[in-house]
Amino acid sequence: MTLHGLGKYKIEGEMNMWIYEKKLQYPVRVSTCNPKLAKYLIEQYGGADGELAAALRYLNQRYSIPDKVIGLLTDIGTEEFAHLEMIATMVYKLTKDATPEQLKEAGLDAHYVNHDHALFYHNAGGVPWTAAYIQAKGDPIADLYEDIAAEEKARATYQWIINMSDDPDLNDGLRFLREREIIHAQRFREAVEILKEERDRKKIF
Amino acid sequence: MFTTRKQYEPYASPFDPCMPIRVKTYVTPPNLYVGFQPPNLPQFPLHEALKKGTLWKMFYDPYYSPYEMNIKGDHQ
Repeated sequence: MTLHGLGKYKIEGEMNMWIYEKKLQYPVRVSTCNPKLAKYLIEQYGGADGELAAALRYLNQRYSIPDKVIGLLTDIGTEEFAHLEMIATMVYKLTKDATPEQLKEAGLDAHYVNHDHALFYHNAGGVPWTAAYIQAKGDPIADLYEDIAAEEKARATYQWIINMSDDPDLNDGLRFLREREIIHAQRFREAVEILKEERDRKKIF
Repeated sequence: MFTTRKQYEPYASPFDPCMPIRVKTYVTPPNLYVGFQPPNLPQFPLHEALKKGTLWKMFYDPYYSPYEMNIKGDHQ
């Protein structure tokens, strides 16, 4: 599924609007029934540097950041939800027909007794997601630096998951998501450049 | 030659319990070096860009696991 945030509009209460397209941002293919990989991937679902944390962090910070960079936070926050749906699809495909015995072998027995085959927002260690993972300090530079760090941490997490995975189809999707982290970090760095620019001074290209 | 992979050699003791990894590699992605994106950078064809995750050649920096590199002969 793809989500488009109408980020170019200034947020003014009723201008909050999304368009939902019933299509993934990038096709998700999975080669084998491999619940162990799902256990690793759930880190990007409900982990501290996962896609849920990213989306909620950015979409919340927008309200108290200079107008010039609100649209960027809307666009990236919205894209994170599209990534969340990709991760959800990966986890679902990796586990949907796994038997309780297979889930047990993969270390997902504790997950199974609590959630059956349902997805849940927790990290690879089973710790549930918490808002304590994210911050809105109200200071634009502090918030953007957190966002840059979050993108780099998510990029690193994708690297470690790729290292643990022997599924070429899955890795293809993970590489796409990792590349997006690089682009997001670049855009957040540019946002810092915009905010630190001195008035009445021409941009030098 | 410029690369987005850097290496260092951590200290290895003669009594290390695990086989020491002599060289450690880490990633320094292209966004660290660019600042504001300059205008008129080279682009991928649109269809390729959708697959790669970026329109801009400068920011494309894929990561392969050591396992995949053995198969494909890719280098990081």
